[in-house]
Amino acid sequence: MNTLSLDPTAGNDAMPAGRVLGAYLAEARSECLRYLRAPGFMLPITLFPGMFYLVFGVLMARGEGTDAARYLLASYATFGVMSPGLFGFGVSLALERDGGLLTLKRALPMPPGAYLLGKMLMAMGAAAFVVLLLLGLSQIAHVSLSLAQAAALLATGVLGVLPFCALGMFIGTLVKGQGGPGVLNLVYLPMAFLSGLWFPLPMLPKVLQQLAPVWPSYHLDRLALAAVGMGHDALAGHVLVLLGFTVAFVLLAARRLRRYG
Amino acid sequence: MDMSAVPVARLRGAVKRYGALTAVNGLDLALHRGELLALLGPNGAGKSSAIGLLLGLHRPDAGDVELFGLDPQRIEARRWIGVMLQSATLPPTLRVRELLRLTASYYAHPRVLQESAELAAVEDLLDRPYGKLSGGQQRRVQFALALCGRPQLLFLDEPTVGLDIEARQALWAAIRRLVGEGCSVLLTTHYLEEAEALADRVCVMTHGRAIHEGTVDELRARVGVKRIRCISTLLPETVAAWPEVAEVRVEGGRLQLTTAEAEVVVLRLLQNDAWLRELEVQRAGLAEAFTELTRDAEASSSDQREAA
Repeated sequence: MNTLSLDPTAGNDAMPAGRVLGAYLAEARSECLRYLRAPGFMLPITLFPGMFYLVFGVLMARGEGTDAARYLLASYATFGVMSPGLFGFGVSLALERDGGLLTLKRALPMPPGAYLLGKMLMAMGAAAFVVLLLLGLSQIAHVSLSLAQAAALLATGVLGVLPFCALGMFIGTLVKGQGGPGVLNLVYLPMAFLSGLWFPLPMLPKVLQQLAPVWPSYHLDRLALAAVGMGHDALAGHVLVLLGFTVAFVLLAARRLRRYG
Repeated sequence: MDMSAVPVARLRGAVKRYGALTAVNGLDLALHRGELLALLGPNGAGKSSAIGLLLGLHRPDAGDVELFGLDPQRIEARRWIGVMLQSATLPPTLRVRELLRLTASYYAHPRVLQESAELAAVEDLLDRPYGKLSGGQQRRVQFALALCGRPQLLFLDEPTVGLDIEARQALWAAIRRLVGEGCSVLLTTHYLEEAEALADRVCVMTHGRAIHEGTVDELRARVGVKRIRCISTLLPETVAAWPEVAEVRVEGGRLQLTTAEAEVVVLRLLQNDAWLRELEVQRAGLAEAFTELTRDAEASSSDQREAA
């Protein structure tokens, strides 16, 4: 590149591709490490879905056979996958915009996107952990799953965290500092309820049933149900909705980040 | 092409507005290789905004911004810089060693970890989580992060705020060492003695403009005021009536005069008071020069407003 020859130490200035890749890896490693060491993040995201599933899916569903436990495995997996996306992105972005860390990262020669990519990998890892935890608990209730079904649920969770990363990122650009968790809970909990993750949709009022396809968590739940062998819908539609939702919120968030930092 | 002639960082007629506020108002600034330039000015003068432009955090509304001859938003330009911002909350659960490793990974030819740690005197903190450090220790870690990429240009925004005297002296020594190795530094500071101790050149800003640029000595000389202290039998009112004397104060039994013509006033003092003792003549400190400069700028800008 021509412009590089203007550099004061022309000749040994190019960043080798290996080092650029190393920077991405270092960023992802740091993101994972810092959250693994933050009990305030890891505890709620594993404890709530794990506890709820244990109480409602394993202990209380005993009389209803393994179908209830199987159904709730999908629902609580969806519920559990939403939070690392929403909170991992939303809370940290709101705090880091406020605390100046994002400004510092933008001033430093961090490779583009490494910051968001690192958070994304962290959220996917946390989602995988939650799904594995629920899969383990489901064995107490004797839910019989083939290896393929378990793997499908895991993959659904790991990829299904992405639309919620996008939504969390967008919310993180709207609120600043300590306001993040409150706003995110206001989105997270009602959305989980309205998508039928706590009570199956047929138990909810008709209006809410009809409204459910508005929420991304509804579509992820359908995919999770299919993964454990309980879905009867065509999957492509749900995948497309989630994909569109992800792209839309990433674009919205990126626009706000560019404008307001 | 002569590389040493190309400024490492340059603003030309840069303007940055935030709504109705013009934070940077036609600023020209050039920083050369191996030079330490201190940016001084009261709060809200536009120092941080000027740095934000040079770091590529904001785009100027008018004018040019260059970093090593490139647009600062290009990562190739920023690979030559190190940054210490006024405030940055780093991840509290990461250890100092991990923070240094992460930051060094952004650069093509970083220092080895031990060297960065030594330069910033944080060797004993490497295995501690950042959140457990004191404010002064965190500041030193931020300095280590700024220099770990072996930068050609360091941005230091109020680097010694919150440091005790010893830590401040150590940081100054480290900055001098880096400048000695050919690194350029753009420093903003509230402490004038810091600029006095370190800077080759100072640039004084108010209202988004540079109102003075030159060496520390030139800044003092430009104000040209001197201070005379003595123990005298003369009455303060008598001395105040002399046309060359700008101001008279009595402090601890001593007469303290401010004047632009020290020689004339000293001669008069000696002629009129045979018992004059402990005569001292001093050039005004940077603090006085600075206050006077910014006051002049305030006055002239309010004149302009009245005229308009």
